[in-house]
Amino acid sequence: MRKIIYSLMFLLIVVDISAQQTPAKKQTEPISIEGATAHLGNGEIIENSLIMFSNGKIIFVGSSKTKIARVGKIIMASGQHIYPGFIAANSTLGLVEIDAVKASSDVRETGIMNPHIRSVIAYNAESKVVESMRPNGVLMAQITPRGGTISGTSSVVQLDAWNWEDASIKNDDAIHINWPSSFTNGRWWLGEDPALKPDKNYLKKTEEITSFFKNAKQYQNKKNPVKNLPFSSTKGLFLGSQKLFIHASGQREITDAVHMATDLGINNLVLVNGHEAEKVSDLLVKHNISVVLERPHRNPESEDHAYDYTYTIAKTLTDLGILVGIGMEGQMERMNTRNLPFYAGTFAAHGLDKEDAVKLITNNAAKILGIDNKVGTLEVGKDATLFISKGDALDMRGNVLTEAFIQGRNISLESHQTKLWKRYSNKFKSE
Amino acid sequence: MKKALLVLTLLLATLTKAQEYFPVNTGVKTSKNTMVAFKNATIYVNSDKILKKATLLIKDGKIVSIGKSVKIPEGTPSVDLSGKIIYPSFIDIYSDFGINKPKRDFSRGRRPQYDAERKGYYWNDHIRPETSSHSLFKFDPKKSKEYLKAGFGTVNIHSQDGIMRGSGMLVSLNPNSNNAYRILDDNSGQYLSFSKSVKSRQSYPTSRMGAIALLRQTYLDANWYANGKMKNKDLSLDALNKNKNESQIFETGSHIDAVRADKVGDEFGIQYTIVGSGDEFERIQDIKNTNAKFIIPINFRVAYDVADPLLTQHVDLSEMRKWNQEPSNLSVLSNNEITFALTTHKLKSISSFHKNLRKAIKYGFNKKNALAALTSIPAEILGNDKIGNLNVGSYANFIITSGDVFDSKTTIHENWVQGDRNVINDMNIKDITGDYILSVNDQKYNLSITGKGAKQRGNLTIGDEKIKSTFSFKNNWVSITVNNNSTYTRILGKISYSSNEINGTAFDSAGNQTSWTATKIVKEEEKKKKFTNDKENKIVLHPVSFPNIGFGNFTQPKQQTILVKNTTVWTSEAEGILRNTDVLLKNGKIVQIGSNLIDKKALVIDGKGKHLTAGIVDEHSHIAASAINEGGHNSTAEVTIEDVVDPTDINIYRNLSGGTTSIQILHGSANPIGGRSAIIKLKWGENAENLIYDNSPKFIKFALGENVKQSRSNTSYRFPQTRMGVEQVFTDYFQRAKEYDLIKKSGQPYRKDLEMETLAEILNKERFISCHSYVQSEINMLMKVAEKFNFNVNTFTHILEGYKVADKMKEHGVGGSTFSDWWAYKYEVNDAIPYNAAIMHNAGVTVAINSDDREMSRRLNQEAAKTVKYGGMSELEAWKMVTINPAKLLHIDNRVGSIKVGKDADVVIWSDHPLSIYAKAEKTIIEGKIYFDIKDDERKRTAIKLEKAKLINLMLKDKMGGGKTQLPKKRKDRNFHCDTKEI
Repeated sequence: MRKIIYSLMFLLIVVDISAQQTPAKKQTEPISIEGATAHLGNGEIIENSLIMFSNGKIIFVGSSKTKIARVGKIIMASGQHIYPGFIAANSTLGLVEIDAVKASSDVRETGIMNPHIRSVIAYNAESKVVESMRPNGVLMAQITPRGGTISGTSSVVQLDAWNWEDASIKNDDAIHINWPSSFTNGRWWLGEDPALKPDKNYLKKTEEITSFFKNAKQYQNKKNPVKNLPFSSTKGLFLGSQKLFIHASGQREITDAVHMATDLGINNLVLVNGHEAEKVSDLLVKHNISVVLERPHRNPESEDHAYDYTYTIAKTLTDLGILVGIGMEGQMERMNTRNLPFYAGTFAAHGLDKEDAVKLITNNAAKILGIDNKVGTLEVGKDATLFISKGDALDMRGNVLTEAFIQGRNISLESHQTKLWKRYSNKFKSE
Repeated sequence: MKKALLVLTLLLATLTKAQEYFPVNTGVKTSKNTMVAFKNATIYVNSDKILKKATLLIKDGKIVSIGKSVKIPEGTPSVDLSGKIIYPSFIDIYSDFGINKPKRDFSRGRRPQYDAERKGYYWNDHIRPETSSHSLFKFDPKKSKEYLKAGFGTVNIHSQDGIMRGSGMLVSLNPNSNNAYRILDDNSGQYLSFSKSVKSRQSYPTSRMGAIALLRQTYLDANWYANGKMKNKDLSLDALNKNKNESQIFETGSHIDAVRADKVGDEFGIQYTIVGSGDEFERIQDIKNTNAKFIIPINFRVAYDVADPLLTQHVDLSEMRKWNQEPSNLSVLSNNEITFALTTHKLKSISSFHKNLRKAIKYGFNKKNALAALTSIPAEILGNDKIGNLNVGSYANFIITSGDVFDSKTTIHENWVQGDRNVINDMNIKDITGDYILSVNDQKYNLSITGKGAKQRGNLTIGDEKIKSTFSFKNNWVSITVNNNSTYTRILGKISYSSNEINGTAFDSAGNQTSWTATKIVKEEEKKKKFTNDKENKIVLHPVSFPNIGFGNFTQPKQQTILVKNTTVWTSEAEGILRNTDVLLKNGKIVQIGSNLIDKKALVIDGKGKHLTAGIVDEHSHIAASAINEGGHNSTAEVTIEDVVDPTDINIYRNLSGGTTSIQILHGSANPIGGRSAIIKLKWGENAENLIYDNSPKFIKFALGENVKQSRSNTSYRFPQTRMGVEQVFTDYFQRAKEYDLIKKSGQPYRKDLEMETLAEILNKERFISCHSYVQSEINMLMKVAEKFNFNVNTFTHILEGYKVADKMKEHGVGGSTFSDWWAYKYEVNDAIPYNAAIMHNAGVTVAINSDDREMSRRLNQEAAKTVKYGGMSELEAWKMVTINPAKLLHIDNRVGSIKVGKDADVVIWSDHPLSIYAKAEKTIIEGKIYFDIKDDERKRTAIKLEKAKLINLMLKDKMGGGKTQLPKKRKDRNFHCDTKEI
């Protein structure tokens, strides 16, 4: 018995040290939030709003002047702002804990054509990095594998869960393809100029992809095929039930990739990164292709690019009638995912309307990921996944969360980091 | 008969030479009489002195007489060179002719190697001054012919490998001789570069700054050795000292490197002759200021093939401009009175030398200077007065040409080397090219002759109709067979030297003989055509900007008196925020802060609704440098970033666009004791020297943790591999530095060691440490080591667990410069928290927010704002973390970092609250000069687009005109971080 108690104590200590927050319990009583400026996520604002939700679903959205009975617990939030939970597209949260520790990485499978590789089962719902998202309003994410030409299949999760099944909002939402670049590095070790030069093998590489999808398509039509895991996993692409996320940047690459897909009847397409999307906007509009942009906090690629080159693209594409979201791929992407609101803020600082900027990480993202029936806006019937911020959540100055809810559950805004903050602040105070 | 004699003599002259004291066993010993006279020639004695109708007399490979009235001894064979020109043959001063290029050995794996492979030489394998060209030389007959064809007679060679490369050798390009005669000087110059030897895998130096430090230390050691203070034999230092008085020739890869090399030379009283790179025009004043003589390659790049717009868009403006501007380099150098020699170095083939030189001449390079650059100047650099001129006593090295040697129509007939004749294009073959009217038997044909020398060919036409014919031209006889409807006419005629007419005898198909004439047509039309052609080919030269890339300045901003009215001023001082306030900037300083200020001469800026702050100071940056890490040793205190500041980095401009004005360029974190810093102002367009702070505070980078342990390397075995070892590295080096300093201060002779000098500065509190640090144990450790040696650590940078030991930091008196929210990128930042800055600040530590990232450094205002979000700092204190606090940590707070009367006018005008994500820097001012202006930036964008379009048009025109092209290239983006390693 004593042994058991010791074991239990040990377990508790260990749990405490690894410091994950306990996922919030199911919503038991209705909640009414009154007086905040509501950013609905569809471009609209309601000043002095009233938002009510019950059993995890939003039941009322309107002005607080509306004569309607407030239900359940009332949170007064005047002077504050309320937003739908922010959604990070093309993220790798929970697939790597520490970038430089290989053992903590589950993000990159070996092989080239891996559509059957599924990210969600490796998603670590208890990651310390994941819990650091919530205090900034990032409450949902698309978990995407990296590497290879077809890196695998992503899923969308919410960020307060016991395990990956619990976390899932939409399983296997999309297959991701990294379209090859038409440029390649000079091999400096052979005395070549290290600058990028046109890749002679580009055509060959793209033909390999086309041939893969052609075969995959044929496979779907066979009556009793010998089971082929990669091919069978692409079924949804041809049925239109699953999206194909094309990771490509250049004008040539985007055009080639879109043609490859549409020629084969893969029509549910999303472009990821798309640095030169502006130049092929007609093609994108024609095929109803939305764009998941790269983080704006990166350097322009060419020395001739304007300093704000990466800041203005959201405005440009939005004006061209393209649905735009923000993705996370890049250096230190997981820990930086908590800066998602500020990426949207940067786009707003450089031309985009502020509510349009909110849309990038709410309704647009939900549409792009195919979850807009559940989340993305503050609308009656949708999940009560939302948060209250003291100020403008897209600005560092205003992004201070007071409450956050996922599916109506009042989630913790604490983390390993806030614990350490408090521990050491108290240490120096008490000394 | 006379001619036959001449040929015989020349033949004798070219027979294998035998040294006079060598025994002969093949016959009787004969002496040679090899005197030859060249008469009636135009002779360039040198580039300045031209003799017309003069005679050159040579004997035994030397010039014995030259002039208008030379007395030719009887019986001397002579050559009539009427209409021909004699030039001294050319010298290629920078060549590896006859020396095999050393190859890198890839077979030995990737394990780093720290020690030298050789014994008895210097400790570093890349220092090889003992290399003698003579031992590596093997005459290359094939290559020599290429040289001779281009008019070269002498090459100066060395082994182009290593940082110190050894001595050179001056060689005649005479294929018919042997090395006993060819070698004119077996010790001609000593050669250097910044590049390592491929023969050794010794790691150090891994960077440009390491190479520079190594050069300095080698010179110091050579001096110590020369004074007999070294106990051991060192063949490298022996050789270096022995060749001290030879020409010191330094190869560089850019105009920036040229200035760097010159600076090293200056420190040791050596004036290098610098092998340039062809981009000198980009900073010609800096080049001129070196006072060096130069050796310039002319490997002009070919145009990019811009036919595919998708590929073309990746070519930077700077690359396109270089294509346009490079051919003007020689004229720019020469207009600035810089002495330089030309070389075929870097050319893929020597045959393109004249083509490129003619291009340079077309771009304004003077022919006289071209000749000097190929003759007298290289001779002067090598200190040899027997080559490069045709003075009496000089080598009989000369070329005979049909005309101006720099004209494309000119033929080089003969190239004489040490009195040996090499025929390039037989001069006895007349140039008969042109269009003729051929009249024979009352029939008129058009005869068009093209080609060169013996390969001249003719075509016959009547009107537009081509007439079948054969043509031959041998021994100055023209022979044509005309096939006119199967009636054959044979035409034969001898070329006369003077007229524009060829005539002779024709034999018709009936066997009758008649006479024929072909009269040359001098076309009026042709002249006209040529004229319009010239107009079409008018040179369009794009202007150079500083730096010479997109967004560079064509004129540098001027210091202005600037009055900002009615604005919100963030002072970063006790005054806090002042509203509706005026700020006056004058003579580069902040002179007045108040209300209703007036200055009639000032540029008045309406600051209403805007915010004015001090320029942002970034304590930890890696932009604007050509190298960041010298990772070859675990301590590299001898290297300094100041040696490798790169003013051409576009990130300087981009940082200005984010309101940053001063940065510390820190060495990376490859080793526990890193290199010295450069503290610079982002004065876009200035040169490296002008960026660096005057009387800059002295800093050095230290580092702890995973990077210095090389935790992520599979091949590393370098000490230290643990944090335990890191402590010992510091203790060891400081102990040695202490002992070194004691000896130095005692007045005893001591071997000057740059590494120890730097470390002693730390002990003497003259140099400050900024230490890359993560976990609390190591932070604590370094403070204890410092305390043991009686000094303080100045700054912990990164300092992500500073919050755990903030009390100890406060007590030690060290500042912290940290990231706002970075973590989780490696194991040692697992406990990094964004509240770090606030906790350290609250504990009384001076805290700065830094970037370590060229992208973040252009929005440090936002990073400062995060300390409000995380940890509840006041906005005033948050703003100080990117202005006055880093200025304090860098000991430049007396000059910058706040809005205070008397401080430098380094000021930013923001569109919005500076901590807000919506704020844009509208004007960034340094010392009263506006270096970034958001309106001007718009103008620059348009200009870049326009200039690129113009250059693309020029390239297309060049391609259509038959010019060669290369595929577009995308310059790789440089991104330096702490752990960036160079090749």
